[in-house]
Amino acid sequence: MQDFAYHRPRSIADAVSLRRSAADGSYLAGGMTLIPTLKQRLAAPSDLVDLGALGELAGVRLESGMMTIGAMTRHAVVAASQDARRAIPALAALAGQIGDAQVRNRGTIGGSVANSDPAADYPAAVIALGATIRTDRREIAADGYFRGLFETALEPGELIREIAFPVPARAAYRKFRHPASRYAVAGVFVADFGGSRVRVGVTGAGPCAFRWSALEHALSSALDPAAANGAPLDHGRFNSDLAASAEFRAQLVRVMAKRALESLSG
Amino acid sequence: MNAMIGQPVRRREDVRFITGRGRYTDDISLAGQGYAAFARSPYARARIVSIDTTGAKTTPGVVGVFTGADLTAAGIGALPCGWLVKSTDGSDMKVAPRPPLAATQVNFVGEPYAIVVGETLAAARAGVDALEADFEELEASANLASAMEGVQIHDGIERNLSFHWALGDAAAVDAAFARAKHLTTLTFANNRLIPNAIEPRACVAAYDAASDEITLYTTSQNPHLERLILAAFVGLAPEHKLRVVSPDVGGGFGSKIFVYPEETAAAWAARALNRPVKWTAERSESFLSDAHGRDHLTTAELALDDAGTFLGLRVRTRANLGAYLSTFGSSVPTYLYGTLLAGQYCTPAIHVEVDGVYTNTAPVDAYRGAGRPEATYVIERIVETAARELGVDPAELRRRNFIQPDQFPYETPVALVYDTGDYQQSLERAQKLADVAGFPARRAAAAAKGLRRGLGYSCYIEACGLAPSQLAISLGAGVGLYESGEIRVNPTGSVTVFTGSHSHGQGHETTFAQVVAGKFGIPIEQVEVVHGDTGRVEFGLGTYGSRSLAVGGSALVKSADKIIEKGRRISGHLMETAPDQVDFEDGVYKARGTNRRMTFGEVALAAYVPANFPEGLEPGLSEKTFYDPKNFTYPAGAHIAEVEVDPETGVVKVVAFTAVDDFGTVINPMIVEGQVHGGVAQGIGQALLELGAYDESGQLVTGSFMDYAMPRADDLPSFSVDTTVTPCTHNPLGAKGCGEAGAIGAPAAVMNAVTDALGVKDVAMPASPERVWRALRGA
Repeated sequence: MQDFAYHRPRSIADAVSLRRSAADGSYLAGGMTLIPTLKQRLAAPSDLVDLGALGELAGVRLESGMMTIGAMTRHAVVAASQDARRAIPALAALAGQIGDAQVRNRGTIGGSVANSDPAADYPAAVIALGATIRTDRREIAADGYFRGLFETALEPGELIREIAFPVPARAAYRKFRHPASRYAVAGVFVADFGGSRVRVGVTGAGPCAFRWSALEHALSSALDPAAANGAPLDHGRFNSDLAASAEFRAQLVRVMAKRALESLSG
Repeated sequence: MNAMIGQPVRRREDVRFITGRGRYTDDISLAGQGYAAFARSPYARARIVSIDTTGAKTTPGVVGVFTGADLTAAGIGALPCGWLVKSTDGSDMKVAPRPPLAATQVNFVGEPYAIVVGETLAAARAGVDALEADFEELEASANLASAMEGVQIHDGIERNLSFHWALGDAAAVDAAFARAKHLTTLTFANNRLIPNAIEPRACVAAYDAASDEITLYTTSQNPHLERLILAAFVGLAPEHKLRVVSPDVGGGFGSKIFVYPEETAAAWAARALNRPVKWTAERSESFLSDAHGRDHLTTAELALDDAGTFLGLRVRTRANLGAYLSTFGSSVPTYLYGTLLAGQYCTPAIHVEVDGVYTNTAPVDAYRGAGRPEATYVIERIVETAARELGVDPAELRRRNFIQPDQFPYETPVALVYDTGDYQQSLERAQKLADVAGFPARRAAAAAKGLRRGLGYSCYIEACGLAPSQLAISLGAGVGLYESGEIRVNPTGSVTVFTGSHSHGQGHETTFAQVVAGKFGIPIEQVEVVHGDTGRVEFGLGTYGSRSLAVGGSALVKSADKIIEKGRRISGHLMETAPDQVDFEDGVYKARGTNRRMTFGEVALAAYVPANFPEGLEPGLSEKTFYDPKNFTYPAGAHIAEVEVDPETGVVKVVAFTAVDDFGTVINPMIVEGQVHGGVAQGIGQALLELGAYDESGQLVTGSFMDYAMPRADDLPSFSVDTTVTPCTHNPLGAKGCGEAGAIGAPAAVMNAVTDALGVKDVAMPASPERVWRALRGA
């Protein structure tokens, strides 16, 4: 690990300003990706702006059909949140399946969504639930947010404050874990908003999370899990590695989607 | 006779291990120590054009920078391979010299070419970053399948072939095949594994200028052998000026048998700098630079007659040696592999040929089982396949061909003489435990849920306690394979045991103490077991190949017997009874036909306070033995795996695993069961999860736990474990060895179950979800 200046601001404004004035600064949320990267000396930021003291960024709130999760809310908190478990049990369950207990007690939703790891879990839910990412300067819709491998719509220094999830009628998440890392090789979140409106978010398979619109279309006429077997799915840009080729990932996406649909419950 | 034998005594060493009081190498820090970091090759094969050390030497906090040229100039020699294998044409294996630090060419990714010592680890790493090495990258031969036709790695070693070795009677096999009614052929890979002990390799080396001695604390399974090699072959220091200590070691599985570049360079640097030097491998360094295991490509053919009797077995193997021959790299795919190809069967004719091939990958050497898992995989996969092809129950086909109990001692066509065994008994016990009779119903129930269920057997045999020394040396071993065991009875009657074996997880401090305490009839708390220090233990050959109890334990039994005999003379003298009229039972010497008696402790005190002592007998009560076994021991057993396959995702779940093993006499059944559990976990890991993969350019693709899948608790079922006992006929304990059995037997059992579930002839290990899914799609 290389030396860096460490800051622990008390307000969002200070955090943003510290990050802006740093030569090559980086926000530090849970550090579940950043710290290992620093340890491997794959990144050497001049300044780390630790968001851990910004209490205003943490917490789960449920109001008028919308569940809002602060960016610094740990996965374990979401998993255990009564509001989350009542309103969107699939989302709470997803949070409870991220990494291991240590990761869930450190990692944050904001860090996950800002990082856009292709195998992260939360992005599938952000996409499927049509969430809104609220930053220090604007609101970003889920559909335009994930841009590519570790690439999002965030501008340099832009800070996620919270993520607002519309509450669906029912939802489910299924993932196929990598045998070694246990990250999602393919993860599918399905959300049924009623009135034939179903959204499907896929993670793990491509360079970043994406909507499987063809399946959504097929489901709009009938909510039949078998639709996942046949809905068009182009794996041309899917990831391919030792654990799974692009073709096999496509198979896994179909199976995870089918199983998520089969398990949909209120 | 020995009341402690067979007792499930709790592991005494575990208290310190699980309460953080173990003392591992990295826990040892010496005053003024510097920290070492290594510069490692980023290329699979490259010529070192130049190394500019100026920047490193001027990096703040750096105290020493040394390259291969420095070590060569100081007379440090290459790391030797300790087993000379000869090719079929009588020529010696071709050895590529392996300098501790590469000087002219690097031959695998991760090979060290410089050591930097800093006041801090950060300084050392910054020094490594400041090294300017100019490499000319060369084409690599990183793929075993094509390495013999690929670019030549080492000068003078054509086709990258170190040896072409063979064993058995080729003509007899040809004749058997000519009259065969059925032929089964299989071609498969035995996948490369990366050992991944919990504790990475580490060392702390110190030089004492006053005595001119080097002390090397390191993670070794055999410190005396390390000392011998570093003294006699590498030239680090004379043997009497070098002390090697391996304190608590957190797992080895073979990978810590070997003498490695890093420890050698660090010890040399400690003397060059006249200050202690410490190095602890990072996990990524372990992946790159620990010796890997397995990595064979094999074609096997089994010839059978109408009745399913095995007539002949022909095996052709290409074994990956890696870029250099590691310490015992040549013995694993030859004498530890070919000799085991008879398995548990009366196959009358066997012939095996092995090409030992260099590749631009990390050296390959012994890993839990070492040759025997590879042999078992060959036999048990082809036997199961033959049974399916013939439409015979796989257990029945095995039964027809088993060596029968009345055939022992049984000489195989591949140079071994099995002393004892009862293979049918183990198989039947395993079938009962696994409820094989109920399998069809379980298979149907799985099918109703859309899952495919399969069952597979593996009836393995292994050879442990490689021996006798004379034979091993005649076959090319550079050292004997005896073990030393010394027992010192202290004046107060407590006992200190010094063994040349080394415990790095096996529980010797408990098992060996049980053996000795039981012999003397004293409480186990009165026995201390010392190991892993050339300064305290006279000599030793260390722990590997499941040899410790059969060989090291036997040495202790012999020493204990000598002590008991001496005690008989001392007590007889004091009780005014002829020694042959003194009985020793439960820790008490009794003058036969009288009520005179002396406890073991009283005799010990008398030995050290010889007020009234037998004429001509030396005082003291301390004995040692170098025990050289007459033969190998032959643990064997029957493993049965049951799996369920999800055809949609290709996920294989091991739903049941039964192991019935014959380890001969069992000293501590709890420890034995633990050894079986660990071995089976590793065997299932090989079958389903683990793969050390290099890409075509020689980069390690699975260089971290993100990509290399170790088995975890939720990958494994609850094991069903039992033992049968046919005691070893030629050692005083009757023990055979248990450390590797699980890793030897499990892979074939699991893969036989997987192929049974899928209804296909073969799936490559590890049977990953994608491979299984593709096998089901017939693609």
